[in-house]
Amino acid sequence: MTTLTDPPAESFKLSMLVYDTRYRSITFQIIALIAFLLFFGWLTLNTVQNLNDLGKEVSFGFLGNPAGYDINQRLIEYDNQDTHLRAAFVGLLNTLLVAVLGCITATVIGVIVGVLRLSGNWLIARLMTVYVEMFRNVPVLMWIILAMAVLIEGLPAPSAFRGDDPDSTMKLFDSVALTNRGVYIPEPLFSRGLGDISFFGAFDISVDLIAILVVFIGSIWVSKRIGRKADATQEATGVRPTTWHIRTAAVILPTVILLGILGFHLGYPELRGFNFQGGTHMRNSLIALWLALSLYTAAFVAEIVRAGILAISAGQTEAAAALGLRSNRIMSLVILPQALRVIIPPLISQYLNLTKNSSLAIAVGYMDITGTLMGITLNQTGRELETVLLGMAIYLVISLIISSVMNVYNERKKLVER
Amino acid sequence: MSNTHADTVLYVRDTMLEQQAPPSSTVGPVGWAKDNLFSGWLNTALTVLSSLFIAYLLYRLIPWFVSPTWDGSSLSNCREILDGHEGACWGVIRDRWQQLLFGFYPPELYWRPILTLVLLLVALAPVLYTDYVTPKLLYFSAAFPFLMPWLLWGGTVWMPLMAAAGFAIGFAVFTLVSRLLNAGISISVAAAVAVLWWVLLAAPVANGIASVLPLALEPVASRDFGGFMLSITIGVTAIGCSLPIGIVLALGRRSDLPLVKILCVGFIEFIRGVPLITLLFVASVLLNIFLPPGTNFDIILRVMIMVTLFASAYMAEVIRGGLAALPKGQYEAADALGLDYWKAQRLIIMPQALKISIPGIVSTFIGVFKDTTLVSIIGLIDPLGLANGIRADTAWNGIYWELFIFIGAVFFIFCFSMSRYSMYLERKLQTGHR
Repeated sequence: MTTLTDPPAESFKLSMLVYDTRYRSITFQIIALIAFLLFFGWLTLNTVQNLNDLGKEVSFGFLGNPAGYDINQRLIEYDNQDTHLRAAFVGLLNTLLVAVLGCITATVIGVIVGVLRLSGNWLIARLMTVYVEMFRNVPVLMWIILAMAVLIEGLPAPSAFRGDDPDSTMKLFDSVALTNRGVYIPEPLFSRGLGDISFFGAFDISVDLIAILVVFIGSIWVSKRIGRKADATQEATGVRPTTWHIRTAAVILPTVILLGILGFHLGYPELRGFNFQGGTHMRNSLIALWLALSLYTAAFVAEIVRAGILAISAGQTEAAAALGLRSNRIMSLVILPQALRVIIPPLISQYLNLTKNSSLAIAVGYMDITGTLMGITLNQTGRELETVLLGMAIYLVISLIISSVMNVYNERKKLVER
Repeated sequence: MSNTHADTVLYVRDTMLEQQAPPSSTVGPVGWAKDNLFSGWLNTALTVLSSLFIAYLLYRLIPWFVSPTWDGSSLSNCREILDGHEGACWGVIRDRWQQLLFGFYPPELYWRPILTLVLLLVALAPVLYTDYVTPKLLYFSAAFPFLMPWLLWGGTVWMPLMAAAGFAIGFAVFTLVSRLLNAGISISVAAAVAVLWWVLLAAPVANGIASVLPLALEPVASRDFGGFMLSITIGVTAIGCSLPIGIVLALGRRSDLPLVKILCVGFIEFIRGVPLITLLFVASVLLNIFLPPGTNFDIILRVMIMVTLFASAYMAEVIRGGLAALPKGQYEAADALGLDYWKAQRLIIMPQALKISIPGIVSTFIGVFKDTTLVSIIGLIDPLGLANGIRADTAWNGIYWELFIFIGAVFFIFCFSMSRYSMYLERKLQTGHR
């Protein structure tokens, strides 16, 4: 007796590749793969032939040759006899510098503007709307070039600071000089410094800086410990000991003492000859890029913050109030944790945008990775393929790191539903 | 109870009082100002401070703006006119506004970009305002992509017509094949036939007809394109092409086929991971290496392709967001109705997913339009490139506010109206209950 569960053994027909859902997906994927490989192979063949015709071959050896150009704004030692690789590294550090500075200021400005846009004060809310719309609807490249133009044409030359009755004076108690050659700010100096240590012979890092960082992070950890101990006491006895003054002292005192030991003082810029000497020199290109990127991105951050706060329904605030929480506890325990879930992911993608937009540095001559590797190095060595691909790879790695941070955050904060 | 009460009280009012007007301090402008500007000492302080700020700004800006320098022929001439007063030098705008709008397009042919812009608005009307404009205009919208390059670049009319013919042939093949095979395969076959037509036959046929019946406009070289005309041309092309490509990529990324998914994810993440400027470097220096030896096609076309690819990746992510936001029940309902994949997408999923993603789609559009300014870095003369050129000119050396206010204002008008339109569209399509 035959069972009904056994389907009749069907022979395989070619048309089943298209009509049978069991095979169709495989057919399509193989077609897609072949098309992709053909396309890729075609590109590669063209590239090989074109490079042959030009008498070039793909090689990254040029990275070891002396670069032969100067970079005026740099974080580590570099001169024009250093290699292209080191020049690219200086550029990468410059990219990261402006990205980090920009992210910090954009967040600060953006949060303030976003909160003020929700203010009950009609005038303030309108002013902030004007700011947001003005910056969001005009290209960032124009803001960068405009900022550079204002700095170069609008600020006085160093010579205006000279003489008994100068046309310009230094700002903030004679510590900051705003000139059309850049901004000079005081630099931190250590009279009993610990010197530098060299990493792999490639770049030096100040031991003072490391020591300060270590002490500061350590004191924050101590302060957290005190806080946790207070939590435990509160759990056990119901009374929370007052700890804020101890915690503040724990954070600030060790660092201040260390600074005293190291002989910390500020080196002020001074006008000598035709230019300012001493202090830290921030080029106009850096300032313009930083300013424009921060103000532009802040407009987007403001909208994100506003949307995040509006996304939390009024019922949450009312429910928390009904539980008897005070208003600052409502903010920190109920509203913020929920709003941050909405705010952080788009905020991080704005950081990503800012980092990518920092490649516009090339328009004002700030030497970031685009300006060094994909700019001067490309022009000097004529290696378009290698430099552009390497530059893209570097940006890709930065982006992937930032977006994986975002993914980790999203995973941890994800709402658990159903 | 009430009796005892009545006994103890001499007088009880038995009629209602006339309704009184609310206190004058809570209504009208005074009440509004009290509520919105002076509710508490902090708000009062903020109001006073910002009023002072605005007043100072206007005090400085209005005299600067109202400056009699429209006829100034150079910056020094403007300074002579102003005679020591602060003021803008608007002469630069009078002198160069044509350049800022049209680049180096031949002045006697300005009617062509202007006509193109007008026709663009006509072509957009049935798409943007479905309630007010007859849908018959959609045929014109479909023809516009072929009309635009012909009007702008000139040359023979047969080339764009043959390009359009490719679509017609593809569509004919699709209708024929789809009777025999399923939708996915007929689309592929039709696409293959159309591509074959474009690559092999379109150019010879166009040249053949052109030699018999030359119907041509005076050609304009790409290097003469510039100013806002260039920005709008690149922007409109990238916006128009990125939406369909983005939809395909978004569907591919959510596909069940692992290989298709990997390819789409790889493409999207790669494009989104690198700055646009690096892609423009690829367009300007690398594309010639990737393509067959001897191919040398137009730099504007190369830039358009790169900007389109860039925009498509962002568009794909926005639409993927819309697809993910759609409740699962919609997909299941479409399956339950027995619709196949393409029908379900076309009739159930996409209309809703696109509606959800309107804000994202429009902000991608705005971003693309703003990003067209990056072409100035690889040497195309968009408004910012022109501004740099004008500032290098000896007559206008030292001018920047006037130029950038003009450029910024034009960009602002375009982008701001796009975002307002998206708000209108959201309200119009709002079918949920609020």
